[in-house]
Amino acid sequence: MKKFWAIFFWFWPLVALWLCAVAPANNWWFPSPPLSTLGHQIDGLFYLILIIVAVTFIGTQFALGYALWKGATKGSGDKAWFSHGSHKLEIIWTIVPAFILVFISLTQLDVLAEIRVISHFPKEARKAPAAEVMARQFEWRIRYARPGTELMNEPRPGDLYYVNEVHVPAVQPTMINLRTQDVQHAFFVPRLRVKQDAVPGLIIPVWFEIEQAGEYELLCAELCGWGHYKMKARIIAETPEQVQAYLSRLEQEQNEDGVADEQSSQ
Amino acid sequence: MATITPALETHSQHDHDHAHGHGHHEQSFISKYVFSTDHKVIGIQFLITTMLMLMVGGALALAVRWQLAFPWESMPIIGRLFGLFQTEGGQISPEFYTMLFTMHASVMIFLVIIPVLAGAFGNFLIPLQIGADDMAFPVLNMLSYWFMWPAIFCFGISFVAGGATAGPGNGWTSYPVLSDIASAAPGSGAAQTWWLFGLTLVGVSSMMGSVNYMTTIINMRAPGMTLFRMPLTIWSMFITAILQAFALPVLTAAGFMLVFDRLHELLPTSIHSGFFIPSGLVVNNAAPTVGGGQPLLWQHLFWFYSHPAVYIMLLPAMGMVSDMLACMSRKPVFGYKPMVYSMAAIAGLGFIVWGHHMFTSGMNPALGMTFMTSTMMIALPSAIKVFNWIGTIWDGNIQFNAVFLNCAAFVALFIVGGLSGIFMAAVPVDIYFHDTYFIVAHFHYVLFGATLFGVFASVQFWFPKMFGRMMSDRVQKVHFVLTFIGMNGTFFPMHLLGIAGMPRRYADPYLHGYLEHLLPMNQFMTISAIVMGFAQFLLLGNFFYSIFCGKKCGRNPWNANGLEWSAPSPPGHGNFDVPPVCFRGPYEYSSPEADAMRQDFILQTSPPPAGVVRPAVAHH
Repeated sequence: MKKFWAIFFWFWPLVALWLCAVAPANNWWFPSPPLSTLGHQIDGLFYLILIIVAVTFIGTQFALGYALWKGATKGSGDKAWFSHGSHKLEIIWTIVPAFILVFISLTQLDVLAEIRVISHFPKEARKAPAAEVMARQFEWRIRYARPGTELMNEPRPGDLYYVNEVHVPAVQPTMINLRTQDVQHAFFVPRLRVKQDAVPGLIIPVWFEIEQAGEYELLCAELCGWGHYKMKARIIAETPEQVQAYLSRLEQEQNEDGVADEQSSQ
Repeated sequence: MATITPALETHSQHDHDHAHGHGHHEQSFISKYVFSTDHKVIGIQFLITTMLMLMVGGALALAVRWQLAFPWESMPIIGRLFGLFQTEGGQISPEFYTMLFTMHASVMIFLVIIPVLAGAFGNFLIPLQIGADDMAFPVLNMLSYWFMWPAIFCFGISFVAGGATAGPGNGWTSYPVLSDIASAAPGSGAAQTWWLFGLTLVGVSSMMGSVNYMTTIINMRAPGMTLFRMPLTIWSMFITAILQAFALPVLTAAGFMLVFDRLHELLPTSIHSGFFIPSGLVVNNAAPTVGGGQPLLWQHLFWFYSHPAVYIMLLPAMGMVSDMLACMSRKPVFGYKPMVYSMAAIAGLGFIVWGHHMFTSGMNPALGMTFMTSTMMIALPSAIKVFNWIGTIWDGNIQFNAVFLNCAAFVALFIVGGLSGIFMAAVPVDIYFHDTYFIVAHFHYVLFGATLFGVFASVQFWFPKMFGRMMSDRVQKVHFVLTFIGMNGTFFPMHLLGIAGMPRRYADPYLHGYLEHLLPMNQFMTISAIVMGFAQFLLLGNFFYSIFCGKKCGRNPWNANGLEWSAPSPPGHGNFDVPPVCFRGPYEYSSPEADAMRQDFILQTSPPPAGVVRPAVAHH
């Protein structure tokens, strides 16, 4: 029975590892490969940490199981090892993890700066925001500047509005301004690995470079009330021309009063 | 305390039960068992209260799991039981769901984990392990328990104050402005105010305990009980008390600021402060807000307390597990001083890592970098502790009872919780994992996997000292296996859900196409959670049955070393029949000196061989 317990503590980490190993094949892994430039870097860091963590997990769980096994197979007359510790071991297992942890932090800094520090944003993204995304219970309100003008923080007449659908150009660094009209929300695009809280009273720039044209889920990741789960929207990445065409169409729809008139139909 | 009378005989061999060494007058039932100032009674009161609250918090969790596995289907049993759900056809409504996870966390954190560690075991063990007859301030100690009840009352009222389905629904973190403006959510009205009162009262209770523990440990140690002869349990309680004393005032202040912001929900007049409300917000079509507040201020203040609180919820379990592992492995703790220093390091670093809860919050990125580095560094003392625990078990004469198994599970599961923390300390990776199920997996591995398994072991280990009887080891083993399997079945897949990008606090994640296929996995997790939940009846059953019908035992059923084992089981009022004197460290298992006595332990009260040393006196 004693050996059973040692095996028990060896067995479950194996099940856990097996589960992680079969997870990607069963679609229990990232929803898709990263589809933004920053996403690749984030995933790279994730896999780096995953390797370090997996090795540590296997090592420590095996050692724990082995310590149990040693205890389980000890003869009834055998004595326990009388030891108060080892100074040498303490130094080794302080310094080695310390180096690994500092190494992990150092690898993160550049990517963090690229994601968050505005002076590190790509120049094209910094020029002008493509859209303002205003979160609100429980929807996303998108504001674009009228084609040919620039987006200002204060809404201006002629600005274009849409709900729950953001059109942005693909394959080029793009910045949006994130805000909220009421409580805190968070802008989460899983396939792009983008997440940023929308904080009441702040305008927060967020940038990303989407690598492929397509549709991307946008959802809220900060509790914002009873309807938190249903803040469902999408980001549509397309060519810059298509974005322009979309904005013109939007402008037309917004200014269309339904009365056929020579000037407005031009 | 002034007289030093070395106890020349050990009490373990011959058990004379003249418990009342100090000749106390008879007490009435009320002053003995209800408004008692005896630390042991208060500790047991805390323990029973928190065990009942554990079942309440667990029931709330099962309701959350029900919705995630079978969204919008009628709840079994409860759905039919109360009239309140009938208007909804027994369904969990989305606002009710926000209440469920809010109150699950609030109950588990404030009414279970914190009070069971500091309140129950801190109270029970501190005087016994340092050789004192009671706490420094017994009346304050009594009040610290009785302030829990107004807190439980306020939390209870908060369920119904805003209407039956509008309990507090802002998460246990209660971020403003959702928690600050009544129109923001059904649960942001009176319910939120009552919730804040409850939180403040829990804080009052903790603070009274904390002051008491610090004073008692500093001033009331038995002769010879030097700081480095204290069991690690006492070190952990001491460090935890310091954490409480320094961190808690910040939360209390923040709580009052939030109450001031929103007091008009409760009173006709209002203070109309706006600490956390910026101007110009239009919440749910209410009039635009006026003010110049900053919602991030709450996050800073809240986490300035709540991150150290994470260690308040863990350190005492670490200390107790160290004690039990040494006893059950019949070996000294490996690296006693590194264990003490690493706990101190965790506590110290614990004060400068709170910003890692805010990596996506929009605070200055330079702060993010600092907090990332400090957070990484806090993994270091945790790692040192894990290595030392494995070293403690290594080549020991292991007693494979449920106490040991729960402690080994503590180590095994704490490793998982610690390692998953590294992903979230790394800011770029955390940006993806923030507020997904990955974090839910992480903190459940720490708080359930580590702390609660440590508590399960502690309950069984110190039960004989509480009641003079043993709990059934067989039942505890069944409880251990079911809980361990249920726990891993529930929480391990959450890592994968997090990687798949499933956000937490969603009443219906399957609304989003990329999460639809995760439903079967969630159903598996819910079944595991139900197994785990019902397994707790074994613990409760065993506990209450054994109080009256357990096997009777003597002073030292585990052959352990601590001073508490030299007192009668259960100790009478005043604890020790012979004032204890401490002659040695707490972990001298299997020492050559013990061999000479033909046993593998030496009580701390056992004097050195005749005519050697006088005890070092700890008092001045």
